[in-house]
Amino acid sequence: MEGLIRSERLPHIWCAGCGIGTVFGSVIGAIQKSGYDLNKTAIVSGIGCTARMAGYIRLDSFHTTHGRALPFATGLKLANPELKVIVVSGDGDLLAIGGNHFIHAARRNIDITVICVNNLNYGMTGGQLAPSTPFGAKTTTSVTGCPEEPFNFCYLASACGAIYVARWTSLHIRRLTNSITEAMQKRGFGFVEILTPCPTSFGRRNKIGTALETLKFYHERSVIRNDIDPKEAPIDFGNNIVVGKFVDTERPTFLDNYQLSCKNLIGDWPDFEGTIVPENQAG
Amino acid sequence: MADKAVMTGTYFMNGDYACCEGALAAGCRFFAGYPITPATEIAERMSRRLPELGGIFIQMEDEIASMSAILGASWGGVKAMTSTSGPGFSLMMENIGLGICTETPCVICNVQRAGPSTGLPTLVGQGDMMQARWGSHGHYEVIALAPSSPQEMFDLTIRAFNLSEQYRIPVMIMADEVVGHMNERVVIPRREEIEIVGRRKPKVSPDKYLPYHPDPDGVAPMANCGDGYRIHITGLTHDERGYPGMDEKTQAQMVNRLIGKIVNNRDKIIRTENVYLDDADVVVVAYGISARSARQAVRDARARGIRAGLIKLETVWPFPEALIRDVAGRVRALIMPEINAGQMVLEVQRCAGGACPVHLVSHLGGSIIHPATILRAIEDSIKGKK
Ligand SMILES: Cc1ncc(C[n+]2csc(CCOP(=O)(O)OP(=O)(O)O)c2C)c(N)n1
Ligand code: SF4
Ligand SMILES: [Mg+2]
Repeated sequence: MEGLIRSERLPHIWCAGCGIGTVFGSVIGAIQKSGYDLNKTAIVSGIGCTARMAGYIRLDSFHTTHGRALPFATGLKLANPELKVIVVSGDGDLLAIGGNHFIHAARRNIDITVICVNNLNYGMTGGQLAPSTPFGAKTTTSVTGCPEEPFNFCYLASACGAIYVARWTSLHIRRLTNSITEAMQKRGFGFVEILTPCPTSFGRRNKIGTALETLKFYHERSVIRNDIDPKEAPIDFGNNIVVGKFVDTERPTFLDNYQLSCKNLIGDWPDFEGTIVPENQAG
Repeated sequence: MADKAVMTGTYFMNGDYACCEGALAAGCRFFAGYPITPATEIAERMSRRLPELGGIFIQMEDEIASMSAILGASWGGVKAMTSTSGPGFSLMMENIGLGICTETPCVICNVQRAGPSTGLPTLVGQGDMMQARWGSHGHYEVIALAPSSPQEMFDLTIRAFNLSEQYRIPVMIMADEVVGHMNERVVIPRREEIEIVGRRKPKVSPDKYLPYHPDPDGVAPMANCGDGYRIHITGLTHDERGYPGMDEKTQAQMVNRLIGKIVNNRDKIIRTENVYLDDADVVVVAYGISARSARQAVRDARARGIRAGLIKLETVWPFPEALIRDVAGRVRALIMPEINAGQMVLEVQRCAGGACPVHLVSHLGGSIIHPATILRAIEDSIKGKK
């Protein structure tokens, strides 16, 4: 583990009790477990507390602009397909400002492993509402309660075509590390979401309280339901927090199909075989 | 064709296509872009040509993504470019700044149309010249070139790649709609006749390597991702190790070097074509398509016995300060035609420093400036009318 940490950069910037450190440990563990050549493994991030992970890992590491880790990583991976590319991103980074890139990188099935730390808010800028902020939660830009409904990131990822989708909390260290390893070992767009406490920016404004209390809450509420449709797994704090591995499938990556197109082997469209029975006549 | 990358021969080709051929001859093997008139033909041709050469073409979801992707590709070790026009150029600005700060070689071709906003999508403009200089936030230097013909679209695209690799900086090609869309003779030389500058690689082992420790010319050798150097690259203010340093000393060191590597090498970067400067009474300073009109106007003025001269800017940024200062002290007037309300003319005025009057011939976009309009300005300036 030590060899993979830029120890000369310590102490890190994360607050006491922050969940990012735990996720960082899992990412490092997964990189080691996955067995990839460390000189050919790269990590790309945008901007935010989570994105700072890139600066502490002794790999080729790129701390880019807010929201743009995925298109940067897309260019990196396509330019050198030998690389194993991991993106680490906050919920705002990945799915607010970077949301458009997320849906397209997943649709294209770019061979990248995407790790999203969902701390329900914008940690770095002091706790504003994010696309993950629960309805009614207090943030510095929603002091009377967040008036917007959050996304279900896992459902979105699966709808956009991700080939691997999982959600854990930062309490599920072993399962989380396994999931990141699995996602890395697959070819295509893998997505792992981790619910983590942000005591400084989110916890203290909401009844969820300290980091320890948040973890206790996650512990009591989370239920593991592998293989269910992520549509059925919203993050509902009033009920159970459904975690697990939701999607594990295969389909050609962007590069697979690009290579076919270079050889003019994509085929014609439309190319329907057989007759199509109109729906109103279908038995 | 024997050499698929360098299409040696003589062609009748538009400027957008010539830009593609220049890029491919220079070794570009990655293109990310988003369609926009009048730059779309660049993306279209790249989408057909790159697969033939084992390169990657990808149409991204927007210009922010395109710019980010070429930065990533460049770190992946491949020469990369994008192309766009005004609205897309605006979207690229933040990540052009990332490219400047992280010293990432790449090329952006802006085929300018008239703005602001959606403006005149299919008609010529030169209104993005100051945006090229200052469009991303913070203080830095840039390199921008201005082609005025399809042949120069070919030649200057090669030069743009060479400069970007040599100085580790995104280089902007500030073309325009007329240059992009006009068809003219383009001569593509043989591969051996084309000068190609490659990336300077580290000469030390990974444990001794400092990603931002410069050679004497101010430019640091660049390790690509995957070379085993395990570099950290950030848009935060960083030290020679590439590590963030949140203090004014690190900031001053980094910014001074980003500026210095361009300013101190400007004599090698700046190129102008100087016509009849020796005896000129009045000199037209022009770039891009407006330099074509200016050349004709200067010829016509000479035919009428007026000692007119031309400075055609091939490099617009960094600006040829010394040359303009020198010429301003020797002539009765300087004239700059441009298709905006006066951008580069501000630089000409600054450098002239009051040594001679500086006149703007402005067109606000939609068509080129007619040579007769520039000729009239030349005549007026000699008569001292203006
Ligand atoms: C273009 C741009 N807009 C805004 C910011 C300011 N900013 C920095 S981090 C951040 C949000 C971070 O939230 P998230 O992605 O959830 O990461 P976290 O800090 O919670 O890990 C914002 C808005 C920025 N850096 N760049
Ligand atoms: S602000 Fe929140 S997310 Fe950021 S380091 Fe502190 S606890 Fe972690
Ligand atoms: Mg967050």
